[in-house]
Amino acid sequence: MTWVTRTALVVGLGFLYAPIVVLIGYSFNASPLVTVWGGFSTRWYATLLADAPLLASAWVSLEVAILASLIATLLGTLAALVLERQRRFRGRALFTGLVLGPIVMPEVMIGLSLLLMFIGIGLDRGMLTIVIAHATFCTGFVAVVVAARLRGLDRSLEEAAADLGAPPLRVLTTITLPLLAPAVIAGALLAFTLSLDDLVIASFVSGPGSTTLPMRLYSRVRLGVNPEINAASTLLVGLVSVVVLVSSWLTARRGGA
Amino acid sequence: MSDVPPRLTVRELTKSFGTYRAVDAVTLDLEPGEFFCLLGPSGCGKSTLLRLIAGFERPTSGQIRLGDQDLTGLPPHRRPVNMMFQSYALFPHMSVAGNIGYGLKDMGRTAAAVRVAELLRLVRLEGFGERRPETLSGGQRQRVALARALAREPQLLLLDEPLGALDRGLREETQGELRTIQRRLGTAFVVVTHDPEEAMMLADRIGVMEAGRLVQVAPPIALYRRPVNRYVAGLLGDVNLLPGRLGPDAAGEVRTVETPHGIVQGRTTSLAEGTPVVVAVRPEDLVLGAQGLPATVTEATFLGDRLRRTLRLPDGSFLRASGPPAEGDPPAGSETRVAFSADAAAIFPA
Repeated sequence: MTWVTRTALVVGLGFLYAPIVVLIGYSFNASPLVTVWGGFSTRWYATLLADAPLLASAWVSLEVAILASLIATLLGTLAALVLERQRRFRGRALFTGLVLGPIVMPEVMIGLSLLLMFIGIGLDRGMLTIVIAHATFCTGFVAVVVAARLRGLDRSLEEAAADLGAPPLRVLTTITLPLLAPAVIAGALLAFTLSLDDLVIASFVSGPGSTTLPMRLYSRVRLGVNPEINAASTLLVGLVSVVVLVSSWLTARRGGA
Repeated sequence: MSDVPPRLTVRELTKSFGTYRAVDAVTLDLEPGEFFCLLGPSGCGKSTLLRLIAGFERPTSGQIRLGDQDLTGLPPHRRPVNMMFQSYALFPHMSVAGNIGYGLKDMGRTAAAVRVAELLRLVRLEGFGERRPETLSGGQRQRVALARALAREPQLLLLDEPLGALDRGLREETQGELRTIQRRLGTAFVVVTHDPEEAMMLADRIGVMEAGRLVQVAPPIALYRRPVNRYVAGLLGDVNLLPGRLGPDAAGEVRTVETPHGIVQGRTTSLAEGTPVVVAVRPEDLVLGAQGLPATVTEATFLGDRLRRTLRLPDGSFLRASGPPAEGDPPAGSETRVAFSADAAAIFPA
């Protein structure tokens, strides 16, 4: 590596990750002033564990993320199967667009339209509405991940199973889905992190008592940044990083055995 | 098997992709227990025909029957026909035994285990049951694929380039093995291949496909001796082609052909007098001597068991002759005459 590429790498990665490193560093700051270093301490993590509203929000976020990712995984996998394995049908291109649309749609728009719909059908805002909203925008991501693997899956494996007398449902459960499992799990984990991170859509569709962790953190920060927020954010970054790493490892793995 | 297995009949089967006809009005009858080869270059429709019989493609028109049963509209999992895939298509997440036993779900565990053991013995893979396909060699995978395709005792086995992925030595060994297994089971095999030599070694009958059409179906010898067109003639080995004009109708199949160099005789079925034709003669059927068409020996190569000669006809075209070397053969550069028996020459339209 020449010094040019080395410098480019350091600058590039620094640009991406320096803020997070600073955040993590300050989460171990003994001083209550955010920008003044007062020595190493884990006191803010202790404060965090005693902060009931924050913990409640964390639970809301976890529950929402788990439920939403499950629903999104189911719908996204089905959508991928239709996109890749169905014979050509009328409106296929439209269907593809509709499934993948939420990926590129502005979050504000998704949030607003869902809010209008929930009001329209008289559904009280709360955890259920957040779950529905998150499942909606995560489905497209799962579909993309699963469809990519499905495209790489040798079609003759499914044909061989059918040839050996397996009706379509048995082919799906014994051949297609087991071979897709890494992609399905990767999609689920991706959906989980997306749901966990979301602030904008949740802000539109949440109700009293269903404040997610990003919403709680954001509202605290508006009153002034304190080191406890840094600690909470550090934990969130840690959790998301682990999930993303597992997810990408599963996606990269070949063969599926 | 006590009763006679049903025979496969294919009637006017056509498969179009858009305006392109991958399989064009193919009619075919398979004898029970026959080893049949579909021969042709890639893209000639032979694999599509196989997939139509297996049920992976729906025909545009035509019919496929097995005995009294109409298979045409049946999905693959309802057809008493099994297929061995070119890529083998072994399930990577299952063991060898799991692969072979996949089609035996309705049998009950014990019976299926017995059958799997029997099949492993048949393909000489005892003790490999618990292995994963990825840990096997190419030849072993090929045998697992064969065992799996045979597991359900199909009335007809389809094999798509079954030896295509094997290297030369292994391929010849496996050809013999495939024949042995087929003879022992008495199941009709349909093998798709692009290799004429392989087809001639394996098949009872060969069906030659060209551009979606089944152009000739015959036993290997008949196919070699009596090709119906230029393409089939060239496919199965070296051949000399003499253009000419068909002479007057005669009794039987032997007809005369007027070539620019003289009159020759050959066999053909009903063609009208005066039709522009081609006479096809194999190099080993050319006889040099005092009779026949005038020619010059331009080259003579001694190959031990035979002598290969190149002959030039008066119009500048060349013939290749090959035969056992003998004393007193005309050397290169000498004038000679070349003849062949009417039985050795096939006549077809130009």
